[in-house]
Amino acid sequence: MKPSIYLDNNATTPVDPRVLEAMLPYYREKFGNAASRNHRYGWEAEDAVENAREQAAAVINASSKEIIWTSGATESNNIAIKGTAHMYADKGRHIITQVTEHKAVIDPCKYLEQQGYEVTFLKVDKKGRIDLDELRRVMRDDTILVSTMFANNEIGTIQSIGEVGALCKNRGVIFHTDATQAFGKVPVDVEARGIDLLSASGHKIYGPKGVGLLYVRRKKPRVRCEAVLHGGGHERGMRSGTLNVPGIVGFGAAAELCRLEREQETPRLTKLRDRLWNGIGEKLDEIYRNGDPERALPGTLNVSFAFVEGESLMMGFSNIAVSSGSACTSASLEPSYVLKSLGVGEELAHSSIRFSLGRFNTAAEIEQTIDQVTETVQKLRDMSPLAEMAAEGIDLSTVEWAHH
Amino acid sequence: MAYSNKVLDHYERPRNIGALDRNDPNVGTGIVGAPECGDVMKLQVKVDDANRIVDAKFKTFGCGSAIASSSLATEWVKGKTLDEALGIKNTDIVKELSLPPVKIHCSVLAEDAIRAAIADVKKKKTGGAVPSGSEAQATA
Ligand SMILES: Cc1ncc(COP(=O)(O)O)c(C=O)c1O
Repeated sequence: MKPSIYLDNNATTPVDPRVLEAMLPYYREKFGNAASRNHRYGWEAEDAVENAREQAAAVINASSKEIIWTSGATESNNIAIKGTAHMYADKGRHIITQVTEHKAVIDPCKYLEQQGYEVTFLKVDKKGRIDLDELRRVMRDDTILVSTMFANNEIGTIQSIGEVGALCKNRGVIFHTDATQAFGKVPVDVEARGIDLLSASGHKIYGPKGVGLLYVRRKKPRVRCEAVLHGGGHERGMRSGTLNVPGIVGFGAAAELCRLEREQETPRLTKLRDRLWNGIGEKLDEIYRNGDPERALPGTLNVSFAFVEGESLMMGFSNIAVSSGSACTSASLEPSYVLKSLGVGEELAHSSIRFSLGRFNTAAEIEQTIDQVTETVQKLRDMSPLAEMAAEGIDLSTVEWAHH
Repeated sequence: MAYSNKVLDHYERPRNIGALDRNDPNVGTGIVGAPECGDVMKLQVKVDDANRIVDAKFKTFGCGSAIASSSLATEWVKGKTLDEALGIKNTDIVKELSLPPVKIHCSVLAEDAIRAAIADVKKKKTGGAVPSGSEAQATA
């Protein structure tokens, strides 16, 4: 059995051992409820939570008072979108987002549509970027919220967040960004980029699962969100529920490590990713890189390998954990909607593999990945009727397929 | 989702990969599926004068279950007469490979591929009419 290699860090990251160390006391001796105001256990827990708030706020140039703890980015997105929609319903009922958002943004927007809100889904170009002129055009007097993701989870494309923020500021529209994949990995500055609401998640930054945050701007403008969960009024009333103290401590520690190590980590990951792409490219033709090579997350590489199907590819290097935009890997039997929205043909969406590199990947792992991936692609191309037809000079797009 | 051992075995050691001369009058070729649906199978059979299948080859673009279904199909058709081979049902493939419900379409495609290849060779032999229900074949 070959040693296993984890290249699915956009799906989730392992907890950094330093993060786990920081968390453990809060499961053991410091197990208090941060809302207990009358004894040491409560004070210890509260101090830890506040310290984590500072650590997280420092990553995005926010004040710790602007951080709301949640159970993850899905919840943060729900509060940001449904919470502002409900809070500002008197002002308008139009929301703008984009087609490549994570389901945790798309689905709350769809839910609001059913409630009588109107949602505009901006299209993206072939690199996965929205058109700022189009955004300007679709903004209306009753637009209350724009939500565009910072970096895409499948292709890594980074959006022009500062420009979107400036446009929103200009029109007095609240601006939310799902920064789940960007937080701690690329510079994110809520002041410089005019961000009003921002979502992040612990398990994408080498912290624990089940903890996330929502940044909610307090000044210029003061943004308010109606609660999704009602209860004891924790987190400025925006998110009730006893705080997940060990998880929050873990988020804080993980955020701090990202902040301190980002400057060294970014070039390291970029180099590994570029080596992966170049190494595969040296051995294979008919491969296509999906996304925007110029403006992308350092560790994300999404490649379509023409003539071979993604799930069968993953079977060939089953010791390497990656993900695919192939329909066969999704519950819906539809290929990736993100790749489709780039105009990548459906057959190339079925042939796509996402490699997402992270903190614990090594150069040796990348070399091994290059070898195994290219070997598998070659083997599968040898048994691919599409490769055979292409070799015979048949233009596959002109073939009349017997649709099933 | 874990793969059954039989699917893994066909994936690791696919039987009868390759191509037969599609212009040979004794060779029938069936191509079914579509790239945008994520699977395309090409299955070929070669018959002797008694219409018995003496050789079969396949090439498949698709997931592991699609590869395994077509690999198994080539194994099963060999040695059968054309009419016997038409008796192979997708449910037999599902059973043999222990395919989960989401992969049943792979077995359906393999059955279609067998039928399309047989229809093609029958057409060549009789030089005319294709029996109905078996014209599932891509044309370049
Ligand atoms: C862009 C994006 N948004 C939201 C989420 C959901 O995050 P969580 O798992 O913390 O709910 C993810 C991760 O799956 C993501 O990549």
